[in-house]
Amino acid sequence: MQTVVEAIVCVLLLIGSLFTLVGAIGLARLPDFFMRLHGPTKSTTLGVGGIVLASVIYFSANSNFASLHELLIPAFLFLTAPISAHMLAKAGTQQRVPLAAATRGRPPITGASADKRDTREVREAHPDSQPQVADPNPDGTPAQDP
Amino acid sequence: MLAIAIPVSLAILGLAFLLTLVRLVRGPSLPDRIVALDTLNINAIALIVVYGISLRSTVFFEVALLIAVMGFVGTVALTKYLQRGDIIELN
Repeated sequence: MQTVVEAIVCVLLLIGSLFTLVGAIGLARLPDFFMRLHGPTKSTTLGVGGIVLASVIYFSANSNFASLHELLIPAFLFLTAPISAHMLAKAGTQQRVPLAAATRGRPPITGASADKRDTREVREAHPDSQPQVADPNPDGTPAQDP
Repeated sequence: MLAIAIPVSLAILGLAFLLTLVRLVRGPSLPDRIVALDTLNINAIALIVVYGISLRSTVFFEVALLIAVMGFVGTVALTKYLQRGDIIELN
């Protein structure tokens, strides 16, 4: 019984720390702010979840009661990680951080910085993302009243 | 078995700390550094929980929970300052 519990705790510890390492590698290696935001906010939360689950199993097996109060940590992280990621994405959009060249589309710019937006640069970078205005007279002849 | 898994897990978490510190030092923009600080907070929580398992003591749970709360408040304050130029807008 003790060996089985130890094996489960070991596997959960290794899975959790590997998820955390994957998040850190993504933070260090990805080319773009939004990709770097996407990497660690999900996988490190999952890694902490695995490690805390290992701790809960370990301390519950070694004592007479289930020490479930440690699950407050991943519950709090699951609540707050999307909020902080959302606020960071908003801050990055407002700061207009440089995007990777392979990114298709541009983030919407709202708020006080919307009037400073350089639409010409967006149109040159993505000519087919802008709505095409139909030219009423492509030949250059003046339009005739019906 | 646990005597092998805990040092391996601590080493992997330390490597994750180092990679996050690389982004914190290099990070070209300010939101990058805030993401790196937030990730450092979460890595610290994981490291403290693993350290508590290795010492077989449950007193580190409160430390981890406090770091989680303070890290969230710090991240929100930094991003709010970055967005609005102010944290608590009274008027």
